[in-house]
Amino acid sequence: MSEITKLTLAEARDALQAKKISAKELTTAYIGEIEKQNPKLNAFITLTPERAIADAEKSDAKIAKGEAGALEGIPLAIKDLFCTNGVRTTAASHILENFVPQYESTVTSKLWNAGGVMLGKTNLDEFAMGSSNTTSYFGNVINPHKANDSDKDLVPGGSSGGSATAVAANLCLAATGTDTGGSIRQPAAFCGIVGIKPTYGRCSRFGTIAFASSLDQAGMFARNVRDAAIVQTIISGHDPKDSTSAVLDVPDFEKALTGNVKGLRIGIPKEYRPDGINAEVAALWDKGIATLKAAGAEIVDISLPHTKYALATYYIIAPAEASSNLARYDGIRYGLRVTPESGNLNDLYCKTRANGFGNEVKRRIMIGTYVLSAGYYDAYYKKAQKVRYLIAQDFKQAFEKVDAILTPTAPSAAFAIGENSDDPIAMYLNDVFTVPTSLAGLPAISIPGGLSANGLPLGLQIIGKAFDEETVFRVAGFMEDAGK
Amino acid sequence: MIDTQTITKIAKLAHIEVSDAEKQHFAGELSGILTWIEQLAEVNTDNVPMLTSVSDTVLPWREDKITDGNRRDAILANAPASEYGCFVVPKVIDNE
Repeated sequence: MSEITKLTLAEARDALQAKKISAKELTTAYIGEIEKQNPKLNAFITLTPERAIADAEKSDAKIAKGEAGALEGIPLAIKDLFCTNGVRTTAASHILENFVPQYESTVTSKLWNAGGVMLGKTNLDEFAMGSSNTTSYFGNVINPHKANDSDKDLVPGGSSGGSATAVAANLCLAATGTDTGGSIRQPAAFCGIVGIKPTYGRCSRFGTIAFASSLDQAGMFARNVRDAAIVQTIISGHDPKDSTSAVLDVPDFEKALTGNVKGLRIGIPKEYRPDGINAEVAALWDKGIATLKAAGAEIVDISLPHTKYALATYYIIAPAEASSNLARYDGIRYGLRVTPESGNLNDLYCKTRANGFGNEVKRRIMIGTYVLSAGYYDAYYKKAQKVRYLIAQDFKQAFEKVDAILTPTAPSAAFAIGENSDDPIAMYLNDVFTVPTSLAGLPAISIPGGLSANGLPLGLQIIGKAFDEETVFRVAGFMEDAGK
Repeated sequence: MIDTQTITKIAKLAHIEVSDAEKQHFAGELSGILTWIEQLAEVNTDNVPMLTSVSDTVLPWREDKITDGNRRDAILANAPASEYGCFVVPKVIDNE
């Protein structure tokens, strides 16, 4: 690895602005890393090295003129779910294999306006549906970490597996992700990096390919908490093009990193310690609790009684919304078209979608169609929306007593590619600790908590009140420092 | 339990062609997932409202005016087939 790619985002930013390094030099170093490592890791679906160099040259000119933005010259990777004007955007699906957006997502616009440099588009589970990045039409992503006792390739987690791998392997300084049920936090934990999912409504969803609209939220991956805070500040804020984006001022999240947790009340939910919890995960969680306590935080035992119903609730709501959102892929206006011999329009739809979607996506569309169909809507969808209310209430009540909640991010470390793949429910269980927060729309971060006995990263999750990312970052920043 | 007949019906609603072998496969998987989901029946939801939005804020209003448009070429840029500024689709009305 070249020395220059070892700089953190904050260090690179300062070095660029002090003209100690150039954006072109930095970008060229990252392109070199990608050329070396990506053929093995498969973190990117589309690389844009020419665009990156052009962006970097523009950044150098801006820095020279004293007009640098907050991310001027910083090389970034973009999950291939964010539409990028003129750059192919696939959602890792055959149905969008050749789709070239004619407009830019709000999140990426904000990054480019701040001076970010685009290295390329990262791999993901197809339409962000998965927890292992093994459902991509463009092949599996490989976790840069390996267990001490095995040479097996491990999953990076999902759905934002390419972004997490790209950050963990030093192929970029930060990367965008989206999180519907854990798609930022779980891969961050599996790859040993930081991943922030902000409050639902903190970022615009405009130009982000939709999976489940009441849950989808953009966020960021970075190598440390400060870097994550810097980029998360940039992509947040109200957007008239997304009515669900909140009309609220965005604090500078970097300023929330006070390094102090004294007096903060940290909730520990008993439901996150079920019988049979992975002993290493439990021990790591206990260590985190002890660290906070030693620093003067008040540890409060809390209960989130409907936790065990969150996954089942999620697997009604998310597929239901997905089945509606993905109805747009019909082979008429964009994307793949498979023309049937019959020449019949309805056959065109059915053949296009049969060929264009992979198995996990089809499975979720079918579940969603079923739970929304006549006669089943009340029993499934309506019931799930009611349980979702109870889950959100659990958090609301807990947050009357605490300022933040600490839990593990995932029930295990990264597993081998192919494991859990025959049983959809076993795969869904990966998100058991992240889905409840998503259903309640709350902000949460995953930070590296330590290593398992066989040397794999494990993550801790810090959950905050709605629109209180500052406390989330504050606790995360403290814990990161304490772990050094 | 989901049988292959139900799968045929769902696939038709979802506009996805499925082969007979796939029908068997999906019937098994969907039955498993829906059986697992049945656990929600344990939760008492009498008098519980449906949560339709996690956000407490009221959606913002805006003036009812045109903010965008005249982008025919951009809209057609990704069309699998287009002619004369329109999308091309198979004929949907019979010859009479």
